[in-house]
Amino acid sequence: MNWRAVKAIYIFEMTRTFRTLLQSIVSPVISTSLYFVVFGTAIGSRINAIDGVDYGAFIVPGLIMLTLLTQSIANASFGIYFPKFSGTIYEVLSAPVSYLEVVLSYVGAAATKSIMIGLIILATASMFVSLRIDHPVFMLLFLVLTAVTFSLFGFIIGIWADGFEKLQLIPLLVVTPLTFLGGSFYSIDMLPPFWQTVSLFNPVVYLVSGFRWSFFSTADVGVGVSLAMTLAFLTACLAIVAWIFRTGYRLKT
Amino acid sequence: MQPIISVKDLCKTYSSGFEALKSINLDVRKGEIFALLGPNGAGKTTLIGTICGIVNPTSGKITVAGHDIKADYRAARSMIGLVPQELTTNAFETVWGDVSFSRGLFGRKANPALIERILRDLSLWDKKDAKIITLSGGMKRRHMIAKALSHEPEILFLDEPTAGVDVELRRDMWNLVRTMRETGVTIILTTHYIEEAEEMADRIGVINKGELILVEEKAELMRNLGKKQLTLHLQAPLQEVPAALRDYQLELAGDGNDLVFTYDSRGERTGITALLADLGDAGIRFKDLQTSQSSLEEIFVNLVRDRT
Repeated sequence: MNWRAVKAIYIFEMTRTFRTLLQSIVSPVISTSLYFVVFGTAIGSRINAIDGVDYGAFIVPGLIMLTLLTQSIANASFGIYFPKFSGTIYEVLSAPVSYLEVVLSYVGAAATKSIMIGLIILATASMFVSLRIDHPVFMLLFLVLTAVTFSLFGFIIGIWADGFEKLQLIPLLVVTPLTFLGGSFYSIDMLPPFWQTVSLFNPVVYLVSGFRWSFFSTADVGVGVSLAMTLAFLTACLAIVAWIFRTGYRLKT
Repeated sequence: MQPIISVKDLCKTYSSGFEALKSINLDVRKGEIFALLGPNGAGKTTLIGTICGIVNPTSGKITVAGHDIKADYRAARSMIGLVPQELTTNAFETVWGDVSFSRGLFGRKANPALIERILRDLSLWDKKDAKIITLSGGMKRRHMIAKALSHEPEILFLDEPTAGVDVELRRDMWNLVRTMRETGVTIILTTHYIEEAEEMADRIGVINKGELILVEEKAELMRNLGKKQLTLHLQAPLQEVPAALRDYQLELAGDGNDLVFTYDSRGERTGITALLADLGDAGIRFKDLQTSQSSLEEIFVNLVRDRT
């Protein structure tokens, strides 16, 4: 393993994050705080507790997941797309680094950043609502697994995209709707039976459900199923990344 | 001696169907400066990109110091520094940070003293804390060279190193390349400036439309270059060259109105004086004369045109 290369890329990416601190960290925290003000405090006070959990607290895991997914995708896709766009990717391609090392460093940096944001939002949320975390180890596990999985997904989008428009396309048209419809703001038990079944095809449901279980021990689907689905999505992303590097898809002409 | 780079039957066809490289065979010797000469779109950059791992070859085999660039890519790539043609930089990084990043990327332990020396050699030390975006074009080019040198490569690829740089910087660049060669670094540069190849290279390869049409010692090419022609415009046309002048291997041109004598301008005796005396003896008079020298540029243009 060329650990020095992994470290070099990782630090390079993290430096970029801290250089653009306002855009990278402050803006997601502000937008999430606004969700708390609107959904948690203003509207939430008129909504009954769900599964014995106060609505303001109930949406916290969903909101963290929402930010975690969008941030992981945005960070990782931009991180690999920009060198492709500017041409500086030549250096990584001509360096003695393996594909695993490239993925590890870019995806690792993107995931680190979104985990940081996730934890900051958790801290921010605890200022608005009283929270309890029943299974902290699982909470961290879901946080890390989701960040890594969706950073991988973002990495794939970044390689696939050949313009800034495409970079935004999947997050906007696929990920955001899936997240909003994935039970971030409600329990899928609240839906009519037909839509409950439809929801089970939405991978985000499993992430939000598992993550919420680690807070309040209540879940839409079993925690084992949530974990298995997250791992399945992770494996699928890894397989696609492996294929990309084997063929040089959109990286090497 | 084993070549430091060996390219065998290398072909590259892009997905568009464009054949960028057609069965290239090339050996680069350790420690030499090899100039790859060719017009735009000839395949120079594709050839370099393939050796460096940026372009996937369609077929063929490349080894760097005996290491296959696919099977043993780490060993092969560790030896290579690449300065691409385009000024692609991490615009918002500092010079120091970005050069140090390159060293890390190639798996080398941090060495601030070395980075300092490289930046000083390239007159970039004053700018070490400057963001790359604030550098001038010439400085950016030197910055990219600093990045390529940061991991102490044994082979340096310079893709059009002096494209768009002023005369002074071009001279600096040439001096730098010579200094590098003295330390044992093998240098492969691409250029479409004949002058550059002439000034720098030990050997010259000419590539056109994906084919390597000539690889020759520069000295050999210069010998051809050293040949000059004397053309005598005669007062009266000749049917044939008189037997007395046969030793000069003269050619008749312009319907017998011109006599052409090819000689080596570098030789101690060119034979011009003797020829003129013998012409006088033979009663051949001329009204005018001119000399011409074929340049590397002409050789190159002819080579490229002949293959078109």
